[in-house]
Amino acid sequence: MTTASVEELRSRTRALLSEFDPADTEPLDFLRARFDAGLAWVHFPVGLGGLDAPRALQAVVDAELAAAGAPDNDPRRIGIGLGMAAPTILRYGTDEQRSRLLRPLWTGEEVWCQLFSEPGAGSDLAALATRATLGADGVWTVDGQKVWTSSAHTARWAILIARTDPALPKHKGITYFVCDMTDPGVEVRPLRQITGEAEFNEVFLTGVRIPDTDRLGAVGEGWQVAQTTLNNERVSIGGQRTPREGGLVGIVAGTWRARPELRTPELQQRLLKHWVDAEVLRLTGERLRQQLTVGQPGPEGAGTKLGFARLAQELTGFEVELLAEEGLGYDDWTMVRPELVDFNGREAGYRYLRAKGNSIEGGTSEILRNIIAERVLGLPPEPRTDKDVPWKDLAR
Amino acid sequence: MNLLYTEIEEELRASVRDLLADHSPVSAVLARIEGPGAYDPALWRQLAAELGAAGLQVPERYAGAGASLRETAVVMEELGRAVAPVPFLGSAVLATTALLAAQDSAPDDVLGNALGALADGSRTGTLAVPLSSAPGRPFTPTVTLHPDGTLSGRVTSVADALGADLLVVPGPDCSLHLVETGFTATPRTSLDLTRPLADLTFDRTPARLLTADPAALQRALLTGAGLLASEQLGIAEWCLAATVGYLRERRQFNRPLGSFQALKHRLADLWLDVVGARAAARAAADALATEAADAAVAVAVAASHCGTVAVRAAEECVQLHGGIGMTWEHPAHLYLKRAKADHLALGTPAHHRAVLAGLVDLPA
Repeated sequence: MTTASVEELRSRTRALLSEFDPADTEPLDFLRARFDAGLAWVHFPVGLGGLDAPRALQAVVDAELAAAGAPDNDPRRIGIGLGMAAPTILRYGTDEQRSRLLRPLWTGEEVWCQLFSEPGAGSDLAALATRATLGADGVWTVDGQKVWTSSAHTARWAILIARTDPALPKHKGITYFVCDMTDPGVEVRPLRQITGEAEFNEVFLTGVRIPDTDRLGAVGEGWQVAQTTLNNERVSIGGQRTPREGGLVGIVAGTWRARPELRTPELQQRLLKHWVDAEVLRLTGERLRQQLTVGQPGPEGAGTKLGFARLAQELTGFEVELLAEEGLGYDDWTMVRPELVDFNGREAGYRYLRAKGNSIEGGTSEILRNIIAERVLGLPPEPRTDKDVPWKDLAR
Repeated sequence: MNLLYTEIEEELRASVRDLLADHSPVSAVLARIEGPGAYDPALWRQLAAELGAAGLQVPERYAGAGASLRETAVVMEELGRAVAPVPFLGSAVLATTALLAAQDSAPDDVLGNALGALADGSRTGTLAVPLSSAPGRPFTPTVTLHPDGTLSGRVTSVADALGADLLVVPGPDCSLHLVETGFTATPRTSLDLTRPLADLTFDRTPARLLTADPAALQRALLTGAGLLASEQLGIAEWCLAATVGYLRERRQFNRPLGSFQALKHRLADLWLDVVGARAAARAAADALATEAADAAVAVAVAASHCGTVAVRAAEECVQLHGGIGMTWEHPAHLYLKRAKADHLALGTPAHHRAVLAGLVDLPA
């Protein structure tokens, strides 16, 4: 990071702000102008919302814009687009795809979702069975079922992986597409989960038409393309500093302090253990953040999610037990489709049930342990019986 | 709060590691524990005199290196990793910290002589307390002070007391006294073969008052517990690395044992605990070095977590090595014994959590 480039970014940001005063510019117009000024994601290429600048410099822009009260693109609402689709489009997209898709993705005009998991392909994602066949007219026809899709009911686009050659081994016959969610063959149904609400959807694809110009990467190269998507899913951890007792442990500690009548010696012992675990996990994340700042990323990132899931489940289970009679209740079983999900929102019973998903979503804890064992510790893989067998011959 | 290792700290680590690899491989440690004295005086001279490791936290005006407890903690990591039989904890950590904590009241020439000798390794010392003493709870002295300033009494289970030239002894009201002659150290048969304990006896032993302030003893115990976490990190890292290495090589059922998912998952969980131990131990060392307001919290967290992780790592190491891990010839037992003794040293994890309850307002 050079002083000159920091200064340059500041002056570009100020120029944007003086041309488009946030006070009397429509938020969408401001966001489009910001994208066109290269200040959307400065590490992206010039012309695609960026300036080919170091990623760390984004903070300079964000600070200037926040101080001026500029609108943002509500990144939590469009997390899949920003975090997963965009890096993949950038790496594998054609020039036409990049200039067509990235701008409305970043401004939030077009919400994205991810059509990867299937009822028969969870941890073994490469076994997926959704079929795509290329017609003589150069258009693909897609049939299959996807599951655990958040934002499917609000999304304009999906990133989709489908099987294009069943005669090849499973990793080799997959192709990556961009799927228009307004196609009449796309049917979205809410998937109610153990909390009572439906954060996710099932997506049924029946004769969905995808032009070959909406393919990302080569035919049969979908698995490699998907790795870019999945690696980016876990990249944003360790970005922010968390204060001591930030998050769930602070909620439980607050209840402990406020409600002396709930305390027992045995619960105190357990709470102190959880408190220490939370603090150690916080320090682990802080150490990872410091490593990233000085550009020496350690393998700690692979373990943060594993540790978070374990802690969240222990703490939420503890909280329900601590609440005694109140723990027998539940706030609301009504089926709703929330736009945003806060693991720590609502009440103890909800937190307990929602935390069960933490060790399943985004890679199960079992898969994460395999990744740590093989890629960090260098232990040998399990013998594989499925690698060189044509997908159509696998047991399903 | 800097949780990373500086370049200087990494260079120090490399020097200590090289020295230990050359002069104290685990095979030599195994041979030494069978002999009359576990401690290795030649190794100590090199560590203290040549590398200056014993005087890292001693200011330059007392002939030390003028570094800090962060660097001292890095040495503790490496000594733990090598289960090195040297009196670093007693001499360079506990006694040295106690002497430094008495700076405001002790005569400067007395302090200077003692700290200088501990720093250059020409003498070794320790804090005359049972190794199970812990910060954050009242200490009960077992030594009485006579009107002529001499001391009488007995202190049991003292680490690094065998062969010690000087002692910092807690007297009535947790005052601290310097003793350089006229005491006896009787060896105990200890669980940890590489850090043998001894009972100290004082009988009208000449002593000099260092400080009447009980805070000095608490500072020494807190520092000891905080830096012991770094030793526990070193132990855990060795146990994890040794186990991973063994499971990569060892073949049963026509495949490497490390390819079995049941074992991989155990090691992945252990790895995560060790990663946490590294962050917690660094946080404690940094908080102590910078005299941070919440140093006691950082120490309690590190001591609770690292103490537990070191034992778990050593127990997994023995179990996953199978039969060979149960033999005397394999070094795993040295680490298990050190880890279990460290579990009780300077406060158990349960003790540190009880202290934490008061520090962070989670009352009973």
